[in-house]
Amino acid sequence: MTTNLIDIQHADVIMATSNMAENHPVGFQWVMKAKERGAKLIHVDPRYTRTSAAADLHVPIRSGTNIAFFGGLIHHAIENNLYFKDYVVHYTNASFLIDPAFKTATDGDGLFSGFDTSKKTYDRSTWKYQLDADGNPKRDLTLKDPHSVFQLLRRHYSRYTPDMVERVCGIPKAKFLAVAKLYCEHSGPEKTGAITYALNLTQHTTGVENIRALCMLQLLLGNVGRPGGGVVALRGHANVQGATDLELLFHELPGYMAQPLRDVHPDLATYLDKETPKGGYWINKPKFFISLLKAFYGDAATEKNEYGYQWLPKRASADAYSHQHIFVDMYAGKIRGFLAMGQNPAVGGPNAKLARAAMQKLDWLVVNDIFITETAEVWKAPGTNPKDVKTEVFFFPMAPAAEKDGSLTNTMRLIQWHEAAVKPPGDCTSDAAFIVRLAHRLQKLYAGSKKDRDQGFRAANFTYGEHPDEPNMELVLKEISGYAARDIADKDGKPLYKKGQALSTFAHLTDDGATAGGCWIYGGVINETPDGKLVNRAASRKPADAKDYLGHGWGFAWPANRRLLYNRASADLTGKPWSEKKKLIWWDPQAPGAPDKPGKWVGLDVPDFNALLAPDGKNGDKPFIMRADLVGALFGPLVDGPFPEHYEPVESPVVNLLSKQQRNPVAKIWEVPDEKNVLAPVGSKEFPYVITTYRLTEHHLSGVMSRQLPFLAELHHSHFAEISHELAGELGIANGEMVTVASPRGKIHVRAMVTSRLKPFVVDGKKVHQIGVPWHWGYKGIDALPGSKGDITNDLSATVGDPTVFIQETKAFVCSVKKGVV
Amino acid sequence: MSLNRREFLKFGGTTAAGVAIGARGIDVAPVEAAATSLKIKEAKVAHSVCPYCAVGCGQLVYAKDGKIIDIEGDPDTPHTLGRLCPKGAATIQLSNNPLRPTKALYRAPGSDRWEEKPLDWMYTELVKRYYDTREKHFIEKEKGKDGRDVTVNRLEAIASLGSACIDNEEAYLLSKFNRTYGIVYHEHQARV
Repeated sequence: MTTNLIDIQHADVIMATSNMAENHPVGFQWVMKAKERGAKLIHVDPRYTRTSAAADLHVPIRSGTNIAFFGGLIHHAIENNLYFKDYVVHYTNASFLIDPAFKTATDGDGLFSGFDTSKKTYDRSTWKYQLDADGNPKRDLTLKDPHSVFQLLRRHYSRYTPDMVERVCGIPKAKFLAVAKLYCEHSGPEKTGAITYALNLTQHTTGVENIRALCMLQLLLGNVGRPGGGVVALRGHANVQGATDLELLFHELPGYMAQPLRDVHPDLATYLDKETPKGGYWINKPKFFISLLKAFYGDAATEKNEYGYQWLPKRASADAYSHQHIFVDMYAGKIRGFLAMGQNPAVGGPNAKLARAAMQKLDWLVVNDIFITETAEVWKAPGTNPKDVKTEVFFFPMAPAAEKDGSLTNTMRLIQWHEAAVKPPGDCTSDAAFIVRLAHRLQKLYAGSKKDRDQGFRAANFTYGEHPDEPNMELVLKEISGYAARDIADKDGKPLYKKGQALSTFAHLTDDGATAGGCWIYGGVINETPDGKLVNRAASRKPADAKDYLGHGWGFAWPANRRLLYNRASADLTGKPWSEKKKLIWWDPQAPGAPDKPGKWVGLDVPDFNALLAPDGKNGDKPFIMRADLVGALFGPLVDGPFPEHYEPVESPVVNLLSKQQRNPVAKIWEVPDEKNVLAPVGSKEFPYVITTYRLTEHHLSGVMSRQLPFLAELHHSHFAEISHELAGELGIANGEMVTVASPRGKIHVRAMVTSRLKPFVVDGKKVHQIGVPWHWGYKGIDALPGSKGDITNDLSATVGDPTVFIQETKAFVCSVKKGVV
Repeated sequence: MSLNRREFLKFGGTTAAGVAIGARGIDVAPVEAAATSLKIKEAKVAHSVCPYCAVGCGQLVYAKDGKIIDIEGDPDTPHTLGRLCPKGAATIQLSNNPLRPTKALYRAPGSDRWEEKPLDWMYTELVKRYYDTREKHFIEKEKGKDGRDVTVNRLEAIASLGSACIDNEEAYLLSKFNRTYGIVYHEHQARV
């Protein structure tokens, strides 16, 4: 998230789009605190939940129509002059001029300029700025030029009227206008609003554009980088942020740098040339990238061998290797061995039936977890004869956080250290111990290899501290944070760092092989005194107080312990807070700054900016330092367009009212043999209802960490589906009885929870029913508590994906509901 | 007398904090007496973080004789103030739980049961699978789009999934292992 949970208390309005009260209950206290201070809470969610109960306004929305809703708000803010003009003109690209050949989706009936109908891809060559003779983007600060981003944005969203929002989203016009008024009027120097989201917005074939739409609304209203504002991303796992930063993802290397592509990045020089932008803080990418190669390959990485660049695997294509690609390719027999470490795809991923069938084709499977999972026992899955599954399975029992040292990065980028309270029992180990034991033993097998391809792996160090099998986790964190790979002196020859000493900041990383750093954004989390004493800032535990409400002494927030990203935007062009009420950092011209010149950014947070760059200095008024153009992107080209456009989910009961394009024209749809990924046609009579999946307070994700804990497993009677009184009435279903929920991929048997928390929607004059089904259940659990086991909701979902990141569409697809077990 | 939440929780949570409250002029003797009779008396406390969602609630883990005896919210945590949800409050059962496996297990092809195996055997066998699969399927060079040979050093026959449940240091080690070994099917829960 761009902000910090604690800071939510300063919002004047909060729009929750997920069920924060139940899924992030302890974080929700800051929403309640804001309410105590007078803030309004809006909850936009198909279901009435505990979040709705705390809200001033609950706005049920048909799943899969978020862009129509946010687009409606953008339209409302622009047409009613409610946007924060000074912020928009100076801190976003609203004033930038776009290529005259670019056409919005309003002009192209749902398509932007450059669509290739046969290839189903965009040629994005018109999605770019007009440049002046010096190569800088042309601007019109009056925002009146028809090719300005602002006017194009206005044109693009001209169709997203309150009437259209009502017809598409099923939100009555009066209610939508009430939301629009309430949210947009809390904008400007004196006011801010925050928007929270979770998987409710991401699990769609328009997932990335959903998030962009809300970010654009926040930029228009001046809500990014300011107290009480922000984009509040609520992540679901203890370390989903950290595992993303460290890049357990196919497409990037630690610190958000591209995993090389065969046809784009044949060598290091080309990689750095193509991946390093010409402006913004990313101009330092070569320092971060070469330091990463040094962290991976150590002394074997030299200037002569491109710092080991050629040892890195190169991807054959950008459209490959994602979670969903894994199971499609595994089912096709391409993948022979598989490690599932702390993840349970037999339950937790889309089209779980396909995932299980795929895993049953493996030669070998390794599962590391605290409990035996459905994935580990995929050979016992319902409908499976173990004899038919030739897969060898290795199960390694693992230790939870309380039994090991290490750090977790929470949803607000806060790295927090945990200490081992006890040793793990029996054969249980940390996952780290597993990885280094595997690596060390494998390295022995390659010890004599002379092959080029093996030299990178041979060179990689997996020993941290005295015990090869039990790594010292602070030393691992030190490698992530960064250290001197040789003695380093300043330009006058004065020693700065001794070889091996931790660097105090990522600003000291270099591109000449003198430094190593496994993930540049974590730079400075470990400090080291000249006599070799490590200072682990993730373990710092100073509570917040009145002087420091953000608690900078508790843990370490990347980057550089900054708690609100882009916080230069909390001050106006001249460096003064927009208002006393909303002050965060500001330019103090008298503060001791550079040796030759006073002046410094000071305030309540660490500046996310060059602390010595005066507002009137070059680019001293541009807060968005990670972007090449230094401003927030209202126009931001992705794979599927530079502005979010509403398309219906791949499976939908209705036609798209906004354009001829029924679904995202570049959505990723996988063809899987054996009818493993059948999709329902638009308006299917067989599968007429919208279904959305969700989570419960008492269970955790695929259930590994809840269904085998008696404290939790007994809190829900059984797996269930939430069904409105209206739909239950039509189908003759009574509360508590068994029903069959089916999609073209599979079916599940669950209890009906007949409830007024869901209501049918009126979509373009027609009634549309929606049901909700939690997805925590599977075939493992506690035998004495039969309700701890249940059918797998993800057997219903499909293998389809967002075109930018390939996330699946589990928040909006279609199903049938039948009374009884059929 | 008014206590903020942090002070209130400390008041009830540990004997040491009871003394801090004493400075505020209330009689702490009964509280101290009650606290010393709690099961966490003489337990060693470790600072921890809740392993469930990403709010990252600070926890205090109390252990005695090598066993965890209590886990509660850490009231000093600025963003959570010692609160825990039902899952966080159940954390102790991740450790102390009769259903928790503590032995390495192996399931042979076509078998209908697990077998307990020594850890050393498990690693020896697993390393053979990794090695043999890589030797058989490794792609060292490939023709690029322009027809020229490109070094790709890629292994597509092994996939790796997980995890958003492991520590940063573990995620880094796995990232490093997979990348240096050539593995490209390399993902975790953030994708889904």
